[in-house]
This record gives sequence, C-alpha cells and structure tokens, in this order.
Amino acid sequence: MYVAVKGGEKAIDNAHEWLDEARRGDPSVAELTIPQIREQLALAVNRVMAEGSLYDPDLAALAIKQARGDLIEAIFLIRAYRTTLPRFGYSLPVDTGAMECDRRISATFKDVPGGQVLGPTFDYTHRLLDFALEAEGLERPEAAPEAGAEDHPQMPRVTEFLNKEGLIQQEIAPAPAEDQPDDLTRQPLELPAARPLRLQSLTRGDEGFVLSMAYSTQRGYAKNHPFVGELRIGTVAVEAEIPELGFAIEIGEVVLTECETVNQFLGSKSEPPQFTRGYGLVFGQTERKAISMALVDRALRWKEFGEDDKGAPAQDEEFVLYHCDNIQATGFLEHIKLPHYVDFQSELELVRKIRREADEAGHQEAAE
Amino acid sequence: MSAEQISGEYNFAYLDEQTKRMIRRALLKGLAIPGYQVPFASREMPMPYGWGTGGVQISAAIMVPEDRFKVIDQGADDTTNAVSIRRFFEKVAQVETTEKTTEATVIQTRHRIPERDLTEGQVLVYQVPIPEPLRFLEPSEVETRKMHALEEYGLMHVKLYEDIARHGEIATSYAYPVKVEGRYVMDPSPIPKFDNPKLEMSGIQLFGAGREQRIYAIPPHTQVVSLDFEDYPFQRMKAPQCCDLCGAGESYLDEVITDDAGGRMYVCSDTDFCRERREAGHVGALGVAEDAA
Repeated sequence: MYVAVKGGEKAIDNAHEWLDEARRGDPSVAELTIPQIREQLALAVNRVMAEGSLYDPDLAALAIKQARGDLIEAIFLIRAYRTTLPRFGYSLPVDTGAMECDRRISATFKDVPGGQVLGPTFDYTHRLLDFALEAEGLERPEAAPEAGAEDHPQMPRVTEFLNKEGLIQQEIAPAPAEDQPDDLTRQPLELPAARPLRLQSLTRGDEGFVLSMAYSTQRGYAKNHPFVGELRIGTVAVEAEIPELGFAIEIGEVVLTECETVNQFLGSKSEPPQFTRGYGLVFGQTERKAISMALVDRALRWKEFGEDDKGAPAQDEEFVLYHCDNIQATGFLEHIKLPHYVDFQSELELVRKIRREADEAGHQEAAE
Repeated sequence: MSAEQISGEYNFAYLDEQTKRMIRRALLKGLAIPGYQVPFASREMPMPYGWGTGGVQISAAIMVPEDRFKVIDQGADDTTNAVSIRRFFEKVAQVETTEKTTEATVIQTRHRIPERDLTEGQVLVYQVPIPEPLRFLEPSEVETRKMHALEEYGLMHVKLYEDIARHGEIATSYAYPVKVEGRYVMDPSPIPKFDNPKLEMSGIQLFGAGREQRIYAIPPHTQVVSLDFEDYPFQRMKAPQCCDLCGAGESYLDEVITDDAGGRMYVCSDTDFCRERREAGHVGALGVAEDAA
C-alpha cells in the first residue's frame, strides 16, 4: 500500500527547529550579540543595508545573526521587512559635497584641496593572517590620531576642478518638474530606464554581480578607461521637508560611499573631446561596490554619448538591470528545489510517446 | 512567533492597504484585457521570489476575512511549499483554510488546475515563474512587449511547426501557450497541457508573477484556445493508466517509484479529488477500501 507523501507540516517544523539549533552552534560558546555584530562586522552590516535598501545598522546586524552570516539571506530578511514599512515621504537630495569624510582619495591628482585622507582602509595592508587577533581580550588598539570634529577641512569635489575648465561633461540637474525621480521599489521597472532608475537598481544590486560587470568593462568588454576621480566615505545629514513647518529639517545622518570616475571620451559629431563621468553612491562604507557601480553606470551611458553598442553585457541595460538583484536571482534559482513532478511527468509521457512512435516507424520501415 | 504576535505587527494579509489597492488596480486592468500582462510594482515578500510571491500578493490583495483559502502545489495540499503558504495566511490573515476544492473561495495553485470544475464565485490564483510565453524564443522584454502590441506571433507558430517537423508533434508538454479571446498569446503557467481545456471555466483566474512584476487574468467564460494547427490539433496528454488508489481514469496522474527494481504506481495528482473518490467508495488496483483501512 502506497503511503502518500504526507507530513509536509511536521517536516517543516522539525527542519526549522533544527535550523534554530544549528544557528546557535555549540552552546558552550558565548552567543553573538547584536552590538557585537554591528560594531565588529560593520562591513557585513553595510552590505546588508546597501543591498537591503534600508539604513538601520541594528536591524541589519539582527538579520545577519538570524541568517547565520549568509549575507544574501540577511538582505532578503531586510527587504521583506522593508515591504511592511509605511512611506512617509522623500528626503531632500543629500549634499555629499558637505560630507564629513573619514576617507577621501583622488587617483587623478597628486594632491587636492582638503587633502588625500586614507581613513580606515584595507589598502596597503599586507594580507597576512594576524594570529594576534586569535587571542581574546586583547588590549584596545591605540586610537588613531583623529582630526578634531571642528577642523574637518572643506573638501570640494575633485571633478568640479575639471568642470571649471569645461573638460568634463556637465551633469544636468533634473528639471524642477522631474526632480521627484521614479522609485524602483514603488513602480514596476519599465525599459528604457532613465539614469536615476538605473542608479537605484545598481546601488541595491548584488555586489558580486556589479563587480563582475565592472571588471568586464576593464578587461575590454565596452572598455571605458576609468580613473577614480574621487572616492569619499563619510557622514551626511538627511533633511526632509515637513509640510506642517513649511521648511526642511535634519532628520538624521547616514554614512555613504560616493565614487566619481573620470572616463575618456574622444568626442563625437556634436561633442568636443572631453572627460565623462560614472557615478556610484552606496550606503555605508562599501567602496568596492561604489567603484563598480560607477564603472557600470558609465558603460550603460553609451547611447547618451553617441558611442557604439559593442554588444558588451555591461552596456545592455536590460541585461544588467534584470539580473543585478540578488534577491530576485537567488529566489528564482533556488525555486528549482521545489517539487516539479507534475511537469516532469508530462515530459516523461512526451518523451515515451515520441520514442514509441519513432520505434514503430523504424519497425515499419524494416518490414517494408 | 505566535499568530497573535504576527497579526499585531502586520496589516491584515501582510500587505498594507495602499499596496493592495495598487495590486487590485492591476487585477482589474488584467480582467478588462484578458491575457494582457499588466506591469505592477511587486513587493518583496517574506518568501523568496520564484516561490509564489506573485500568487501570494494577489491572494493577499483579494482576501477578505470571510474567505476559505486552499493552497495546492503539484495538485496536492500537503506539498511543503503549499503548507508554507497556507500557514502564512493562517498567521497574517487568520482566514479559514480548507483542503476541499468545493469549499474554497480562493485557491492558490502552482502547476495544476483542480480536477473538479470550479464554480462561479471561486477564484483560482496561479503562481507564475515566467509570464512571457515568447520568452524562450526572445530573451528581451522590450522586444516581446512590442511583439504582443503588434500581435506578431509568427515566431511562436514557427516554433510549433519546427517541433512537428522534428518530432512529429508539438513537443511542449507543460506551460503550453494559449490564445485568449482571439487576441493575446498567454502562458498558462507551467500546468501540464492536460489542464489547458479547463482554462475555460466559470471561476475567475488570476495570474501573478512577482519577480517579473506582471499580473494577468482570465475572466469567467472567456475563450482560451491552445495553439495548434488544423492538421495537428492540440492533444491532451496524461499517463494512460488509472489511479491505483481511487481507480480514476480521467484524472492527471503522478508516477510514483515504489522500489529500485522498476516498480511504480500511478496516483491522482489532485489529492483532494482522490480522497473524495475514495471516500465515495472507489478503489484502485492497489487501494484499500476506505472502511477497511
């Protein structure tokens, strides 16, 4: 007697219980706290905030803990939570020119007003495992010499120096009627997408995907010779217009990474030779992502500059925008774990039928 | 989390009312233009894309507290993902759920249409992975939208013709394309083509593709024609056997491998249909009479 594949409910409950246990690991090891994750795994927290499109370090840390360190799973938790949050309104555009920078470098000039500030970077570290970190309860590292909050120097934008000479393409401010850009999370994506939509999509896109797309342009698939004009990481104020007050007030601060690339452009029929820009802006300290985003942004702008469609993946807006979201990608990829036996059954019947018919036809031929 | 906790934290049926309104507008548009894929601002749901987010969003948008909700996956109520979705709505909407097709007001399905005919007032919500029937012929959405707008379906007919030339028949066994009300070519979701004739029904059929951000619909009594040729008419297909549990000869069957020596049995994919028949005293070749069990 066939025992039906019953018991889905019980199996799910048991699996989830096991998951809880596995998440905790060996109970003799102290449990991770949210502040520990937030403070000591800050770059993971940043990635979850960036790709989850929700700036909240504590929630991101919670998601990482719940997801057992699987960052895409953590991003997914944040995205699903984000769905339930009411939308009060939109902030004013943030002024990254007024950013209080922890890090600010330019690769295009030896020195720039405001200075080159390395900040807390892995750059120039030797990637040697530091076995001293294995020991617990180490002395607190000596605090790095920090610039006093009052003497944050002015850090004008590097690309503006080029702009003054007319050597770089102007960024055109949107017309006042259009200064409310479309919102990717509130409207379905329709193509062709305007640049604000592309940037929204890239900033929440998968770091690995955007990195690989950017890398492909460097290797020659729609090569566009990028220089990091400026990379800055720091805190900016977020302001929102309060209708009852009639003016904007500061509602909080966020840490952002901004990258502007300077790219060659040899000119076209209508434009003289000049430099062009790619732009990346991402929540948190996420510079690999911001640089990648700037390169992909630039590659996607080929039509605007009258460049050739080289058929490169990074130039293909539909390809990039439809495949950069890791929550969409991982969901669809993993759904093939679900039962598909009904479809498979009809494929079985079809293949059997075609084989049977081919067989019969073969016999007939042989008989003739 | 307990049901009380969750229901306190989230709106009825999870989605906020604005989002539901947006989805309902897309549904109404879909019903007004049968078979047309309406773009909608799909939300991130607490289950992964590809696991029924489109269907879940539609169910959430149309659900009222009085509904009786049924979920099937591969025709069965007890497959893991059907269980998961049913539990989700038990938690966030606290609606009554049922496994009986006849009792349900809203049925969410993946890959099957119930054997029993739906009646007026019942709604069938499909989970759709790839809503675009032309996608496997043309990867670009920009292009396929144009093809629909121009009613340019030649490519599809060429594909079906090539199938016949190569295999002697149309080699599509599920997600078999249909033309709705003589206008839009539509993907009926990956149901076996056995189910295609049932797409003309008295119930309302709503299709949701969450990841692809598309909704489409078939209103009751709408003409739905499976694509074919005069000399190669559409053919339904199922395993030629009868259900080994209830003896049904007309239902879609799953093939179940019973040992590693080629042993197999065939059972109804629609578990509720099979149960109902067994309760009515029908017994298949390997079945046991209900009262004796």
